[in-house]
Amino acid sequence: MKAWKLRLYVAGVTPKSLEAFANLKKICEEFLKGKYSIEIVDLLKDPKLAKGDQIVAIPTLVRRLPPPLKKIIGDLSNKEKVLVGLNIIKKG
Amino acid sequence: MAKLKSSSGGKYRTLPKVSTGIQGLDEVTLGGLPKGRPTLVCGGAGCGKTVLAMEFLCRGGIQYNEPGVFMAFEEKEKDLADNFASLGFDIPALVKDKKLAIDYVKIERNEIEETGEYDLEGLFVRLLSAIDSIGAKRVVLDTIEALFSGFTNQSILRAELRRIFGWLKDKGITAIITGEKGEHMLTKHGLEEYVADCVIYLDHRVNEQLATRRMKIIKYRGSRHGTSEFPFLIGDAGISVFPITSLLLTCRAYQDRVSSGIKQLDEMLDGKGYYRGTAVLLSGSAGSGKTSVAAQFADSMCEGGKKAIFFSFEESEGQILRNMKSIGLDLQKWIDKGQLKFISNRGSFCGLEAHLVLAHQALDDFRPDAIVMDPITTLLQSGTLDEAKAMIARLLDFAKNNGMTIVATDLTLKGNRGETTEIGISSLCDVWIKLTMEQEGRRKQRLLNILKARGMKHSHEVRNLVISDRGLSIEDIAEYAPSHIETADAPQFTAGGAK
Amino acid sequence: MTTKKQFENALKKRKPKKYVLHLYVAGLSPKSQKAIENIRKICAGYLQGKYDLKIQDIYKNPIFAKNGQILGVPTLIKELPLPLRKFVGDMSNTEKLLAGLDLRLNNK
Repeated sequence: MKAWKLRLYVAGVTPKSLEAFANLKKICEEFLKGKYSIEIVDLLKDPKLAKGDQIVAIPTLVRRLPPPLKKIIGDLSNKEKVLVGLNIIKKG
Repeated sequence: MAKLKSSSGGKYRTLPKVSTGIQGLDEVTLGGLPKGRPTLVCGGAGCGKTVLAMEFLCRGGIQYNEPGVFMAFEEKEKDLADNFASLGFDIPALVKDKKLAIDYVKIERNEIEETGEYDLEGLFVRLLSAIDSIGAKRVVLDTIEALFSGFTNQSILRAELRRIFGWLKDKGITAIITGEKGEHMLTKHGLEEYVADCVIYLDHRVNEQLATRRMKIIKYRGSRHGTSEFPFLIGDAGISVFPITSLLLTCRAYQDRVSSGIKQLDEMLDGKGYYRGTAVLLSGSAGSGKTSVAAQFADSMCEGGKKAIFFSFEESEGQILRNMKSIGLDLQKWIDKGQLKFISNRGSFCGLEAHLVLAHQALDDFRPDAIVMDPITTLLQSGTLDEAKAMIARLLDFAKNNGMTIVATDLTLKGNRGETTEIGISSLCDVWIKLTMEQEGRRKQRLLNILKARGMKHSHEVRNLVISDRGLSIEDIAEYAPSHIETADAPQFTAGGAK
Repeated sequence: MTTKKQFENALKKRKPKKYVLHLYVAGLSPKSQKAIENIRKICAGYLQGKYDLKIQDIYKNPIFAKNGQILGVPTLIKELPLPLRKFVGDMSNTEKLLAGLDLRLNNK
């Protein structure tokens, strides 16, 4: 059972979204190895899902587990901000 | 039903417009809002921008078969429904009928960690989905400030807003964007830069417990528009705008004449009475006979088959009817026949704009030929003298342009020789008749003097106004020379007493 | 295909991002020489073929001192990928430099 469940909201395959996905993978591998699962939700395929997590900006990363819920917008290129935003304690 | 004319003239067509259906708004914008473009409605808290936006959508759905989407960034769905129920709009029903779709968008600043490049595609997707769900042709974003407080990257926001507006334009969707008033700019974040086609500013001031609301069309690209401030009300059928713009100078001039109701007075006025579509001011102290002369005019108009409205700002309908009955005027019969309408609205209960919007609504609905305003002085008490004068000028202007003849009474306070306020109002009127009470020992006389009557020869004599239980008449002054004329104390009125 | 699969595929096809680095030196001072040497080593070792390194001499072109807001020398500015980062010194602290460039030690 993965302790970290992360959901990335995108709107189609775009450079920004790809960038976010790539950055997210890098960060997860470095700090949450083996403890995470990433899910990608494409709002172009199912726009109604935007309401649930109140998504306005794309890309938006939502930390669904562990609670509490946290949201981060942007392509996640600022690693420090992502770590702070997700409340991941830095290794080492 | 033909609309009453406002003096700003006919339609000016360069941009296609969509009707809003909001009372008075389509008139002041000469046709409505620009079709397929965003209109910015801005103002301080409580100014009415959300009401205007929602009414635009509701009427769009009900009256023009144009469903609308309301993107709410501030209020919750239930709050919106509750707030608007009191304005006569059944929001849940409209949503059920697919005339209206509401999407509540929550943007919380502290939830958002910005970590690089992003766009507002999420918002786009929701907006598009809502529009498609009902085939919307109208959209409201209320308020856009929420986006600015939620996201700090200004350049991304700007670019995305431009993108949204461009996209709405392509789809031919007419939008209203609401924004908060800023300190140095029109809006907190300079929204007027992007929403450049039409900007409406709503002002809401509270002055000594009287609330006044004004609307101003700051900009309307590609269209003429009134540049003045229009007073408006938020009533139980939504917003009503009072669309008067012009000054007296553009008034139509009618050549025909109407009787004042008193034969001898008509004689003093070049033998023919007042010009139709002019304003007559009767000034004098209490008891000098002003209301009687005004009422006689209304009575005479009704006698001639015309309609009249009597605006009473001091006394109740019952009081005036009783007082007039005692001098032989049966106004009740005209009321029963539907020719006379009484509107009793005590001065201090509402602000100047409220008075005027109500007056305008009454004129619009009833379409009288004659108007009595007794006394007009009350309006001067709500607001500053200049504001009141401007507003009264507009009302008179509106009435005159529609061929209505106005007789207004002006209460001169004891000791005041009537200089400032009287002169102020008298300049707005075409005829000025002064009534005074003169007392010599135990003998009281009412004197009448025509101070001015534009465009006609008139008698300059000071004559005697006689009020009896058979009505009013004017006679020559009795043969004695009073040492001075002064305004006497107002006689005490009983239920049956005459003024 | 699930969205995730789509993204994985797209990522594989993505052209690797080019690094754009500007190194500001002061003439031929020992520190400047060292910095140039170190940076070249890092680029060769970690950014093969995927970098654009420009070396600017502020003596030859003092305007760069103003434009690039160069105060200390040597200074390395990573223009791309974003975010912009500045490093000052002779670039001998490889571990710190790599971390700041978002590159990992002994790995790519």
